[in-house]
Amino acid sequence: MIVAERKPLDEIAKMIAPYEKVAVIGCRSCVAICLAGGEKEVNMLVSAMRLKNRKDGRKQSLDGFVLERQCEKEWVKEVEEKILDSDIVLSMSCSLGTQTIGDMYPHKIIVPGLNTAIFGVPEEQGVWSEKCLGCGDCIIDTTGGICPIARCAKSMLNGPCGGSSDGHCEVNTDIECAWYAIHERLKLQNRLELMEYVRPPKNWSTSHSGGRRIIVKEDAKLTPHQKRGREVLE
Amino acid sequence: MKAGSNLEKVLEDGKFAVTAEIGPPQSANPEPLIHHAKMLKGYAEAFNLTDNQTAVVRLSSIAAAAIVMKEGIEPVIQMTCRDRNRIALQSDLLGASAIGVRNVLCLTGDHQTFGNEKSAKSVFDFDSISELYTFDKLRTEGLQSGGDKIEDPPKVYLGCAENPFATPYEFRGMRLAKKVNAGADFVQTQAIFDMDMFETWMDDVRSRGLDKKIHILAGVIPMKTAGAARYMKNKVPGMIVPNSIIDRMKNASDPKEEGIKLCVEQIETLKNIKGVHGVHIMAVMWEEIVPRIVETAGLIQRPAYK
Repeated sequence: MIVAERKPLDEIAKMIAPYEKVAVIGCRSCVAICLAGGEKEVNMLVSAMRLKNRKDGRKQSLDGFVLERQCEKEWVKEVEEKILDSDIVLSMSCSLGTQTIGDMYPHKIIVPGLNTAIFGVPEEQGVWSEKCLGCGDCIIDTTGGICPIARCAKSMLNGPCGGSSDGHCEVNTDIECAWYAIHERLKLQNRLELMEYVRPPKNWSTSHSGGRRIIVKEDAKLTPHQKRGREVLE
Repeated sequence: MKAGSNLEKVLEDGKFAVTAEIGPPQSANPEPLIHHAKMLKGYAEAFNLTDNQTAVVRLSSIAAAAIVMKEGIEPVIQMTCRDRNRIALQSDLLGASAIGVRNVLCLTGDHQTFGNEKSAKSVFDFDSISELYTFDKLRTEGLQSGGDKIEDPPKVYLGCAENPFATPYEFRGMRLAKKVNAGADFVQTQAIFDMDMFETWMDDVRSRGLDKKIHILAGVIPMKTAGAARYMKNKVPGMIVPNSIIDRMKNASDPKEEGIKLCVEQIETLKNIKGVHGVHIMAVMWEEIVPRIVETAGLIQRPAYK
């Protein structure tokens, strides 16, 4: 899932300070699960801002809403009136939701309440760890199911580097060395020969390095005829 | 001869080689390099010019190489993958070869969080092994990474580093094998303080026949103080310094002298390990001590070639 963290209150307050009517919009998907922008967090932010405004003597109305999925236009449409009625939208979703609203209502000002951080996994309550960078060319079949692109600080294909110490990463000793973990996993699976293989330079063109990526699934796309039909129904 | 460098001649001739390190300054002043070059000339086959070591911005290793070459010093340029993608790495290799650099050390590089530009975006398009693989193809087949065939490929002798003291220990021999397969001609090891552990690694290296396929230069670091030993033990990832060495430095009446003595003893031991073809002296911020160490270790007579 996408893991995000709420921005500091002061930073949020500064972004929305010049505006009177603020629509605070959360999301029930990833950011609710990672406790950053779900119903509870939206309510908490609204209360905290009201308190701060009272203290600072600022007049500002804040209304909170939570969508099922802020990155899908159909769900955003549900709160269209609230968006149009506001002076500014504070999006409490990942940047995908924020940008969806921004692209749908280009004349409205949309600001992010969260910092979108990682493709991560909940390891235990309150702990999420990064496991994928979306490079577009998955190789974890050869690395014991562990992604070195995301989990090694240097994205090495032929690790571990000389800084692996007691199985930990040189950059942060609280974090396991990805290649140490790969070595242990492959040993367990009796596939250590995969450690010996010289992996040639990676083709990064499938990643963001190849430019912004758009994925098209031709068989799922609507035909012009189907698109017209939908428009009529709406 | 792949490159015809002095280092290559010494190693391929089966002689015991000496390399040392010169750290470029954090400024645009060439004088410290010229000063060290004049002082160190003749004491080693070749000198490594570090590439923004520990991710601290310094005068570039290729420019430093050009400066010391004028003083008659043979450089080994270090090239890390941290700051350059494959376009820049190959371009710099061509440029380095064109100005006469004949030895290149391929490194992944220290992470930028260790240095003085912590907010930098890292590159790591390659790692040291894919760098070796690419440079080897470029020099032997004239093939660039993207597939273009070039005329006049670079003439370079390719080196790498390996750390016998990083985890998992049992993989470290195999990792050297990967570097051999990727095209490395010589390896300079991480500084050795734990001789038993180094011998264990060398056993593995010899059992894989690697000492016949790559020239192994054992790394040493002369220390000035017990604090330096403690720092390396506690703060430098993948470095093992036994307590006995820290105690020896701590109890010494003249720690500097003890550090020199210790380093010379280490070189004596390393000279007698089968498969070790030379030493690499990393006198970090203490370049001026290299001549004395080389002399005391009985390595002052360097082989000469026309």
